[in-house]
Amino acid sequence: MPKVTVDGQEIEVPAGATVLQACELAGKEIPRFCYHERLSIAGNCRMCLVEVKPGPPKPQASCALPATDGQEIRTDSEMVKKAREGVMEFLLINHPLDCPICDQGGECDLQDQSVAYGRGATRYEENKRAVTEKYMGPLIKTTMTRCIHCTRCVRFSEEIAGVDEIGALYRGENMQITTYLEHAAKHELSANVIDLCPVGALTSRPYAFEARPWELKKTLGIDVMDAVGANIRIDSRGREVLRIQPRINDDVNEEWIADKSRYAVDGLTRRRLDKVWIRKRGKLEASSWDEAFKKIKAAKAGDAIAAVYGDLVDCETMFAAKALLKACGSTLMEGRQTGLVYDTSSLPAVNFNTTLAEIENADAVLVIGSQIRHEAPLLNVRLRKAAKKGAKFFHVGPEYDTTYPATFLGNDLSVLNSLSSEVVDAMKGAERPAIIVGGAALGRGALNKALALAAEFNVVKDGWNGFNSLHFSPSRMGGLLLGLAQKGGMADIVAAKPKVLLSLGADEMDFTVFPDALKVYIGHHGDKGAHAADIILPAAAFPEKAGTYVNIEGRVQRSEKAVFAPGDAREDWTILRALADALGVSVGFDSYNELRAAMFADTPALANEGLAVSGGTLPAGGGDASGVIGNYPIADPYLTNPILRASPTMQRCSAELWHGEEIAEAAE
Amino acid sequence: MADRYIEPETPEMRERWGSFTFNETWDAKAKAAIARYPDGRQKSAVMALLDFAQRQVGEETDTQGWLPIPVMEYVAVYLDMPVIRVVEVATFYTMYNLVPVGKFHVQLCGTTPCWLRGSDEIMERCKARGMKKGHTTEDGLWTLTEVECMGNCSSAPMVQINDGNYEDLTAERFDAVLDALAKGETPKEGTQDPDRHTVEPVGGPTTLTAMVGENHDYRGEW
Repeated sequence: MPKVTVDGQEIEVPAGATVLQACELAGKEIPRFCYHERLSIAGNCRMCLVEVKPGPPKPQASCALPATDGQEIRTDSEMVKKAREGVMEFLLINHPLDCPICDQGGECDLQDQSVAYGRGATRYEENKRAVTEKYMGPLIKTTMTRCIHCTRCVRFSEEIAGVDEIGALYRGENMQITTYLEHAAKHELSANVIDLCPVGALTSRPYAFEARPWELKKTLGIDVMDAVGANIRIDSRGREVLRIQPRINDDVNEEWIADKSRYAVDGLTRRRLDKVWIRKRGKLEASSWDEAFKKIKAAKAGDAIAAVYGDLVDCETMFAAKALLKACGSTLMEGRQTGLVYDTSSLPAVNFNTTLAEIENADAVLVIGSQIRHEAPLLNVRLRKAAKKGAKFFHVGPEYDTTYPATFLGNDLSVLNSLSSEVVDAMKGAERPAIIVGGAALGRGALNKALALAAEFNVVKDGWNGFNSLHFSPSRMGGLLLGLAQKGGMADIVAAKPKVLLSLGADEMDFTVFPDALKVYIGHHGDKGAHAADIILPAAAFPEKAGTYVNIEGRVQRSEKAVFAPGDAREDWTILRALADALGVSVGFDSYNELRAAMFADTPALANEGLAVSGGTLPAGGGDASGVIGNYPIADPYLTNPILRASPTMQRCSAELWHGEEIAEAAE
Repeated sequence: MADRYIEPETPEMRERWGSFTFNETWDAKAKAAIARYPDGRQKSAVMALLDFAQRQVGEETDTQGWLPIPVMEYVAVYLDMPVIRVVEVATFYTMYNLVPVGKFHVQLCGTTPCWLRGSDEIMERCKARGMKKGHTTEDGLWTLTEVECMGNCSSAPMVQINDGNYEDLTAERFDAVLDALAKGETPKEGTQDPDRHTVEPVGGPTTLTAMVGENHDYRGEW
């Protein structure tokens, strides 16, 4: 551990640290543009210059200089001040003075740092450089004249996303950042370059000219577009959510989020259910809460009431429904809408046990029936890191571009019954082997075989649990923790022939198998569920209610309420509470706090944030796997839920990026 | 250099170059270039391969050669690397032509030593023949580019035409070179001054004169 002196303060830094990191440890702020903790070191912006002795008598780029024993670093000397002023002046030579019309204004590194470290005025009187705009797809808006060539976006797409598509063409003053032939950036994390861009060169296209950062109310939330549970910040103004940004959580999403998490917001204001609707003579008509509740009561369901929960609901909603059903004398609740059936009696068997942060250390991974890149993009980022460290990957399922080297073993699950010696040797020889069972395999009964393989390959050892199930429904783990699953899945609900069927935002289910039930849809978007419903009760979408979510690794996280639901829409739990009154039963809570207390009493695992499913032994499993995975369950990753389907941005992404349609640019 | 741009892709370009592959000669050279690097580092040979590709394009079009987009894509596939990385290299180095050039690519040095020795006059001669900076003449014979120092300052002014340097130019000597090239002849490369062999001083040594005949120890005279 080298000891260095920063501005007279002696500190010990970890071996391999850079001078910049040493300065940060000492509490000194080092301005920078190109350096980023999660990307490789480029050293091309020169903003991080400091004075280092021993060494040449000139300022040194601290981001690329290793800290060594006995270094004397100064960040406050006249030389450093002048160096920063000089670099800043050079950077600003070709940077346009268009802050008033720039979307980065107010959250711009260049703006902030020129105030803090610049000279205050320019001495440059020549013409500035101008660069043509580059087309980077429907999400990223470019103003390349503002680019300062930090190459963060280039490094991100190469290193993190694993899709080499952004590059720096030409040289010197003429350098330009562009995608290959200005094709749209085609990967599921592309919009993270907008956050990375320290200036306004890459900004958000759908959010262009919408708001200034200081106008926005920032609310801490949890993303529900996939089951990873990325930590997000919901930026809203008035009653409208304007954008979603990632929050840093090294255990979950580091500091990235998937494009669909970021751009689902414009779906929140479209196709919303903001009135009560009742189907009369085959036609939906606007109605009132009272009438709707009367109608449900008139169905005289008794204990013949069932509930199916959708992918986006929070634990509180699920628990409120569970309590309502319990009060009616029913336990018919299920969330695996598409009819998936697998054994849910053991939570560790259906959990992502390795955890997202630890899976980076796996050295051999067998992925069974999962298109991870589109089912959980942020998990794919972790797996790429493992692959870079030399992990071997074997996939069972149709081939797709994994963004890391992987061997595909074929579409037929029966390959698991007699794995080739290459796979067996790799898995058995691995120090930290992992198995990931995806939805395509869970639905074909491969869970037991996977558990048997887990025992055979010894994936659970001291300090390492390599057995993982991967869901893509954000409500799945919460529902399973609450015990809301039937042994036979949806088939059990169908067989019970309920008189009243509550659909809690369940849009992917088949309603035609319930011809005699009164179908009550409690949800927020006019999607498939609302089309099939007899009664529609408008509810709140995820930014409009506080809620508890459990991600794939069984991590309990809480999201806060950012805005109010539109029109007559109410928070889901209040609807269920009112319905209990209408049905004349008691659920045992009158307020949100009482609801939470009851939920914690029912399922103590939800009481504390953090990993709820840890430890516990895996069931033995056994048997053989069979079945061919023709397609992965996600047909279009940009349109997996009602919010996304309502979002014009996501529709365009789907058309342009997924289906490859040519979209003509409107003349601006 | 600020005028550099990639020739936009058109269906005609696709049709003409989409099926580009190295011929036997260049393929052998490409394999040899790749073999210079360790396994898994084959992309280090990208500069050599782009050069070979440009030369083969040159042979096929009877010009100095250039790099159409499908050819860059071919090199990327050949080396199993992302095409954007190949384009980065091709656009960085000015020796790769990104747009079609004429049979003779006249690269005229205009940096200070050449300029002081009369590169403006050479430029005039170029213009007199209809050449325009960054353009190819109608007959497809000449492409003119003004470049920075090519390292021939002691025999300035100079032009580089395809692979040959022509130095110690005057308007007349330059015209003679171009006329010879246009006629299909191969003018002598290097200095065009009849009194010079390479870059030695005209009319004999002007310094270290005592060393001409025999070894001389100057140290006592310093």
